[in-house]
Amino acid sequence: MDIEKILKETGAGRRDLVPLLHKIQAAAGHIPPESIAAIAKQLRLSESEVFGVLSFNQSFTLEPDGKIRVTVCRGTACHIRGGGKIIEEIGKKIAAPAGRTPVGKEFSLDKTACLGCCAMGPVVVVNGTHYSQVSPEKVDSILEKAKTSD
Amino acid sequence: MKKLSHPHHLTEWKRFILEGKPSYNKVVAVSSGTCGRARGSLQILAALKQEIERRRLSLTVGIEATGCHGLCEMEPNIIIFPEGFFYKRLEVKDVPAIVERTILKNKVIPSLVYEDPVTGRKHPRLDEIPFYQKQTRLLTENNFRINPEHIEDYIVLDGYQALAKALFDMTSESVIAEVKASGLRGRGGAGLLTGKKWESCREAHGHPKYIICDADEGDPGASMSRGLLEANPHCLIEGMIIGAYAIGASEGFICVGTKYPLAVEHVTLALEQARHHGLLGTAIFGSEFHFDIHIVQVAGAFVSGDETSLIAALEGRKAFPRQQPPFPSQQGLWGKPTDIHHVETWANLPIILNKGADWFAKIGADKSPGTKIVSLGGTINNTSLAEVPLGTRLRKIIFDIGGGIKNNRPLKAVQTGGPRGGYIPAEKMDVPLDYETLSQAGSILGCGGLIVMDKNTCMVDAARHSLNASLEESCGKCAPCRVGTKQMLEILNRISHGQGEASDIGRLEDLAAVMKAASLCGLGQTAANPVLTTLRYFKDEYDAHIREKRCPALVCQSLAQEKKAKNSRKLETGRGAI
Repeated sequence: MDIEKILKETGAGRRDLVPLLHKIQAAAGHIPPESIAAIAKQLRLSESEVFGVLSFNQSFTLEPDGKIRVTVCRGTACHIRGGGKIIEEIGKKIAAPAGRTPVGKEFSLDKTACLGCCAMGPVVVVNGTHYSQVSPEKVDSILEKAKTSD
Repeated sequence: MKKLSHPHHLTEWKRFILEGKPSYNKVVAVSSGTCGRARGSLQILAALKQEIERRRLSLTVGIEATGCHGLCEMEPNIIIFPEGFFYKRLEVKDVPAIVERTILKNKVIPSLVYEDPVTGRKHPRLDEIPFYQKQTRLLTENNFRINPEHIEDYIVLDGYQALAKALFDMTSESVIAEVKASGLRGRGGAGLLTGKKWESCREAHGHPKYIICDADEGDPGASMSRGLLEANPHCLIEGMIIGAYAIGASEGFICVGTKYPLAVEHVTLALEQARHHGLLGTAIFGSEFHFDIHIVQVAGAFVSGDETSLIAALEGRKAFPRQQPPFPSQQGLWGKPTDIHHVETWANLPIILNKGADWFAKIGADKSPGTKIVSLGGTINNTSLAEVPLGTRLRKIIFDIGGGIKNNRPLKAVQTGGPRGGYIPAEKMDVPLDYETLSQAGSILGCGGLIVMDKNTCMVDAARHSLNASLEESCGKCAPCRVGTKQMLEILNRISHGQGEASDIGRLEDLAAVMKAASLCGLGQTAANPVLTTLRYFKDEYDAHIREKRCPALVCQSLAQEKKAKNSRKLETGRGAI
């Protein structure tokens, strides 16, 4: 992980905080708690300010994502088409409640407000691939595919 | 063409592009927005290109990846110009036949043609399809003809002409006067007069001045910003430069969320192109006007839909809203005058300057001129992005353009304006889509999401779902919103589990009144709309849940299970109702 390198390439003001966190999240899959002090020092902020912004925003996590990231859309259009059942079904299958999973797990399950592809609802995104009109019966094959494509 | 240092260069450039263009007999536009790609449009694109190569037709047939064509339900789809043949839900195996029969012999392939869900009639051409025929596509018309990665496509369609006009034929004041005369109102939801906002920002003391484009679309069921950003990024950029010139701003920001990677890619590329050609940066078009735009990924939380919380997010703080006044146009980003508009508002500006304020003011409703992009979702036949004049009746949007309800079920309600909009019942479908009328009906126009619900929807559950979305997105700064959404949700949860009391209705109304009056920003002020409108129009469903412990639509699970259990008890004991 090149957090030090990322830090070196960053500006030194408050306005650089969110873009910096995005970069670290993308590179490391999470914001390592031990990096907060270095981020604060680089941007001349207090550690509590950095922690405040990163814990406020859903895009950032303090624990690494699972190898297979599953996101279920919980927008209204998907809800009406049965999105609630999908998240339940996936939760059962991978034995993780909605929310990020602890360190070292294979999966992380996340829900999002709306992915904006309502025609395809209910929508599930697995490692960046969109699956449309997902039914509880399709969940198994989607997860299997994700496991084998690794 | 390199840097444009004079407005005449634009006309020359356009001529140069047109002269250099191969004279295609046919051009195929492949819908390649996020939804199209998710359904395999890039594979169709590759297969088409390969087939055209193989048959050595590259000089006569052009294949272009365009943004979203609007009819999401029919992805992946293509349009074949000049005839405008529309083929839907394609698979790679359809490609050879398309080339052989339609592109070479001009024959229609019936199995790929759009069939109207209402009449069952087949419409091979774009201009015959009711979905397209009944729209007024000002902003989205060019989506079919622009490859968003090529600035040349925008230039050919008279792109950046409005900017040249503003910079060389108009003063900042006359641009503001023109926009005021057009009557354009903010498309992000609040509906303030754009020209007035500009004027107050121009007159405010403080330097430098900033403009912001709010492209962080948080509302469920709304993808109109994404549609524009992906398909025609230059029209947004041109609109922003015009606005910056009018206001006297030197820096602009486009704030996007994290869930739109393709939009970020296209906008970033478009900004680079604009800079490369001297349309952004120092001395735009060789004039004395300097302005640049940065794209910033904010961290997806809806509260940033409030202007002051979006500013806080940009500054690198938690996205908390603050008390207004001072308004952002007086004290905004880093304490400087700042003007914030939604993508769609900015995108309207080149059109207004090109066609004139009078022309624009004649479209749409008296108090709300122009068009609105709406996203149609839920149990509707044509899930889509459509563009209609403001003031269009909901019935026309849902039945004529949207193609009616899936499986011909009866319509129950339409939620307008996202999770903080109200539910309009089926008998009120003559309501026109504009700011005032929707707010009288207890809802909002918001950014134009329309979610259609059929009779299988439980309105208590729908209100609960919307309220839950507001609860999750509440930033927690002010108590009415933080506590109010939580308390209301708990009451609704009880009701949907069959534990509601008659006095709950009054409690919900009291909480809603406090939230509306005392919340700091729009989120808290409107979060109760779904509950209030369902209480207003669907009171009987609340009564069924509370008094009869019954969910008429059989959605609320514990009540539905109770009913099943009762039925089985009936069978076992042979007695009547317990």
